[in-house]
Amino acid sequence: MISLLQEAAHSVAEHTEAAAAHGADAAGHAAESAGLPQLDVTTFANQIFWLVVTMLVLYWVLSKVALPRIAAVISDRQGAISGDLMAAEEFKQKAREAEAAYDKALADARSEANKIVAANRAEIQKELDAAIAKADAEIAARAAESEKRISEIRASAASDAREVARDVTAELVSSFGGNADAAAVDQAVDSRMKGALQ
Amino acid sequence: MATEAEQATGLTFHPMDQFIVKPLFGAGEVHWYTPTNVTLWMAVVALAIIALLVMGTRGRAIVPNRAQSVAELSYGMVHKMIEDIAGKEGLKYFPYIMTLFMFIVFSNFAGLLPKAFTVTSHIAVTGVLALAVFISVTAIGFIKNGAHFLDLFWVRSAPLAIRPVLAVIEVISYFVRPVSHSIRLAGNMIAGHAVIKVFAGFAAIAAVAPVSILAVVGMYAFEILVAFIQAYVFTILTCVYLKDALHPSH
Repeated sequence: MISLLQEAAHSVAEHTEAAAAHGADAAGHAAESAGLPQLDVTTFANQIFWLVVTMLVLYWVLSKVALPRIAAVISDRQGAISGDLMAAEEFKQKAREAEAAYDKALADARSEANKIVAANRAEIQKELDAAIAKADAEIAARAAESEKRISEIRASAASDAREVARDVTAELVSSFGGNADAAAVDQAVDSRMKGALQ
Repeated sequence: MATEAEQATGLTFHPMDQFIVKPLFGAGEVHWYTPTNVTLWMAVVALAIIALLVMGTRGRAIVPNRAQSVAELSYGMVHKMIEDIAGKEGLKYFPYIMTLFMFIVFSNFAGLLPKAFTVTSHIAVTGVLALAVFISVTAIGFIKNGAHFLDLFWVRSAPLAIRPVLAVIEVISYFVRPVSHSIRLAGNMIAGHAVIKVFAGFAAIAAVAPVSILAVVGMYAFEILVAFIQAYVFTILTCVYLKDALHPSH
């Protein structure tokens, strides 16, 4: 490999020697291709002219069309992003408000339900009280009636017993040969029954 | 020339031939108006830039496609560079600096195409670009700051005794700017392309060919890097010079 490189380097040296030899013959040609083309001042005017043309065209296109357009796109995007962020913040706020409203509605519904339950309970209680009172009154009335009838029965029983006792006493007295004085019999029966009936 | 040597070894070395400016149609003298390979490749570069920045952004999409992304990326890069280095006032010259950057980066990359002509490898081209920057920046410096622009050369932070010496050095370095600015770019382009050509020349020897081809591939990859870096460096230096013009005090 190294020997090959040396050979190549040698051939380069040969090449330059030959170039030097030929340089005398074709001086003009050699100046064009052997010297640094960058230093060939005959092409400067051409390069500078086309450079100026290119730069003017590019400057015009960039400053009039391309750069304003890109600037607009970038600021549009920033506007859109900040707008979206603002909208997101707004939606978040709305969601928070909706949540609060929901909570409030839930609490309202609950208290309303409690109120309705309490009202119903009170109403039922009232009806119940009325029904109880009515039933109590009826019971009292019936009891009083029963009481009255019992006392009537009792009274009639007492007078019946007195009648029977008078009759029996009058019969007994007469059958024993006594004179059954009605007033005396009554008095005797009454005095006897006083203790028995009460 | 050197046809005998070429025939003897099979090797041909014309690493500089790729830089020759020649007429597009026929042969003959190159006049200032002659359409040459310079014209062709500058047109290619200009059309490519217009295709990217104008056609690519035609959709004006909120969600960009590839071309629009690249266009916006390059816009953002140069815009941020100017803002970071020269400040907000520098943004007035954004279209000019963007034109410079796009032209140089596209020329460098177009030059890497096979058979292509690299317009930025010519000091005539880079020299004009650098001189235009130098002259416009100097003009901006004097228009914006008047005589205060000369503060750039009068280093107030240094002791008074050595200020004149520093002023001389500053003036020299100021006037060397366009030279280094232009030769840095053209030199990088010339060197890279010439080295690739020399390596390619060795491929004619079968035994060396694999090494030569690997070297060409390696150099080519390196040149892709250099193509972007040199455009970036040219642009960033333009921004630095602009900063000096806008804020001349040290």
